[in-house]
Amino acid sequence: MELMPMVLYAGVLLQLILAGVAAAILFERKVIGYMQLRTGPNRHGPWGILQTVADVLKLLIKEDIIPHAADRKVFVLAPIIAFVPSFAILATVSWSENLYAADLNIGVLYFIGLSSVTTLGVLMGGWSSNNKYALLGSMRGVAQMISYEIPLVLSIVGVVILVGSLNLRDIVFFQESIGLWLFIPQFLGFVVYMISAIAELNRSPFDLPEAESELVSGYHTEYSGFRMAFFMLAEYVYAIAISALATTIFFGGWLGPDFLPGEFWFLLKMCFFMFVWFWLRATLPRARVDHLMNFGWKVLIPLALLNIVITSIIKVWMG
Amino acid sequence: MTTHTEEMTLNMGPQHPSTHGVFRLKVTVRGETITSAEPIIGYLHRGSEKLAEGLAYSQFIPYTDRLDYMNAMTNNYIYCASVEELMGLEIPERAEYLRILTMELNRVASHLLWWGTFMLDMGAISPFLYAFRDRDHILDRLNEISGARMTFNYMRIGGVKWDAPEGWIDRVKETVELIRENIHDYDTLVTGNEIFQARSKGVGYISKENAVNWGLSGPALRASGVKFDIRKDEPYSIYDRFDFDIPTREEGDVFARYKVRIAEIYESLKIVEQACEQIPDEGEIIHKKGKRLMMIKPPEGEVYKRAEASKGEIGVYLVSNKKKEPYRVKLRRPSFVNVEILEELLIGQPIANLVAIFGSLDVVLGEVDA
Amino acid sequence: MSEHLLNLVKETIQNQHGEEAVEEADMNFEKPFITIWSEHWTHSLAETLRDGDEFRFDFLSCLTGVDYEEHMEVVYNFYSFPHDQYLYLKVKTPRTSPSVISVQPLWKTANWHEREAYDLLGINFSGHPNLKRILLQDEWEGHPLRKDYVTDKKAMGLE
Repeated sequence: MELMPMVLYAGVLLQLILAGVAAAILFERKVIGYMQLRTGPNRHGPWGILQTVADVLKLLIKEDIIPHAADRKVFVLAPIIAFVPSFAILATVSWSENLYAADLNIGVLYFIGLSSVTTLGVLMGGWSSNNKYALLGSMRGVAQMISYEIPLVLSIVGVVILVGSLNLRDIVFFQESIGLWLFIPQFLGFVVYMISAIAELNRSPFDLPEAESELVSGYHTEYSGFRMAFFMLAEYVYAIAISALATTIFFGGWLGPDFLPGEFWFLLKMCFFMFVWFWLRATLPRARVDHLMNFGWKVLIPLALLNIVITSIIKVWMG
Repeated sequence: MTTHTEEMTLNMGPQHPSTHGVFRLKVTVRGETITSAEPIIGYLHRGSEKLAEGLAYSQFIPYTDRLDYMNAMTNNYIYCASVEELMGLEIPERAEYLRILTMELNRVASHLLWWGTFMLDMGAISPFLYAFRDRDHILDRLNEISGARMTFNYMRIGGVKWDAPEGWIDRVKETVELIRENIHDYDTLVTGNEIFQARSKGVGYISKENAVNWGLSGPALRASGVKFDIRKDEPYSIYDRFDFDIPTREEGDVFARYKVRIAEIYESLKIVEQACEQIPDEGEIIHKKGKRLMMIKPPEGEVYKRAEASKGEIGVYLVSNKKKEPYRVKLRRPSFVNVEILEELLIGQPIANLVAIFGSLDVVLGEVDA
Repeated sequence: MSEHLLNLVKETIQNQHGEEAVEEADMNFEKPFITIWSEHWTHSLAETLRDGDEFRFDFLSCLTGVDYEEHMEVVYNFYSFPHDQYLYLKVKTPRTSPSVISVQPLWKTANWHEREAYDLLGINFSGHPNLKRILLQDEWEGHPLRKDYVTDKKAMGLE
């Protein structure tokens, strides 16, 4: 693509993503609300549609508070560092056969690599706040994100071996050619991916870095107003991005019956993943940090490795 | 090269999401492991015992509501019962049943609330709302009979304040049925959950000897294998007329305390059902001496009376010098005693266990601080 | 049964501290009730009550401080799980410098009970590891549950 359309695409995508995040938050609150015998937001606009808008507005016009003892520069920088990569990785997502920004050969690598940068933002935020809860939260966050990065990557390796490409679009074309979504041949990988994705996203039941009942609200305890909004935004954009990645590599991306456009199928599948995460949040208690680490290193990584071995054998055997 | 981790002092509370009020816990942590813990209380101290000395006997009843505001009926009861014991009052039959009904319903409500908040501490949000839904049915029943949802001020020295309204007993029966069904759902939703079991089994172990020595009572004691329930071992009111079990467990961990409380809900519902069957259709609800509220003057003497509240043993040590006001009222609050053990129990635990252990003791700060 | 226990406790105290050690021994609402002076309330006696075969008072149910204007009292409510029996034990102590031994080493639960009695009544529990105010703030003056405590309404913002 040329530069101008590229910038235009990014601008439009940013707007859409913001709207998507607002919708996702509303969706989450509604889903969890109904699961918990409530109706969820219902005051602002019909069906509470404007609730997130009101929330964001409130966050934006709040007083900007930087704690006196905080390390100012790092404190200010942290939310930005957390947010930027979350948006940047969306460049490789191919929303339909024709709607995409970058047809990168190393799409998967770019996606996973860049998303780890957010860890830095979490660490910076927790450290610079000069708050003990924030520090503990960020330490947990970093430990967890780094540990779960590994099974997440390893679980995708199976797909990459099968497809023989790191390009996200090629993965979808491959699924089209064999007429099978990859979560079936790669079921073990899919399960590992789903679990580590939840941990990677810091979502319940693995929301330890911001474990409310233990650490108040973890690494962003001292953040308020729009800086807090940035952290929240990063979190939800990641939820969208990880759903998008899952859709692409395991659920056949934009593939679906022809009577509706590919974008629709892509969004529908994404919504399914989002729903699963909300569902888990409403159902499960929080895991403990040492259990989580044990589970990651002793169960998920071996499973992911096993998946790679099996996939390689099949690949060689099938020629 | 040797590495060295600096210890960090972490103040949990008085403002913290899971200290259930204004409890403060000063812990030192090495990484995430607690090396020492010191509970600091008194942020909610209202001087109840001092206030009692300046009030007429019956004027103090509403103050007892505010001790353990989740289980106010038993607080009402134990205070009234201690005065009655000094005066040697006979309580009318119907009043006794109304007392049992309200106390047991309140115990279920208290356990339900505990269940919800405990699961919230564990990071599960839905149980909280389910528990509140059911608790509300009970609060509606208690509201109908006493006119309040939390601070009932229902019991009087010598009986109770209000008779049951029309159809109340039938509605209680329906509520019992409803809750029994729902509790079963809760069991299937939470108790079998792997994450929950991994976090609660073997965590916060209290041995039998330790539990007794630290003066634990109620579910916390029974979860450590001591089969002791004042309702059974030293029946007060008319508890000897009902058929119910004392759930105990040997493990002494968080999970055992959880199971004991869930089992206790079933037992309380059993008592409520039996009381609904046995209660006489009509009759006096208060002894005639109790009707003249400001004229109550127990004879000189002192008594210690205890009862089984939802948190444990609640006791009143009452000294009377034949005046209108009590000479001394000492309130033995179960939460106050139960929370003491934390300083020993938390050592060596990770922070994540702190909330689980603290939650499993079921502490209400209104009661700790009196 | 209970009267038997009363006599037993009475004899034990008299054996340890002499005939006049027991101030008063009676039944109170069908439970044994014994009064002694604080100099006779010793660790060895407490230990006998806790570990003696006939007593086994392993559960300290409640500890109350009372100000009787001419003297102070600390009331222990003991309960024994093995024998299912009760004991009220009252320990009298002079009002000018009220002091009672701490039973915290024997019943850990006494820790906070004693701190509370110290806080509200100013009874000193000798041997307590951490005797400081528990309910009131550290800089509070006086002990509110003493009968001669004057409520400073101005300081409390009531006037």
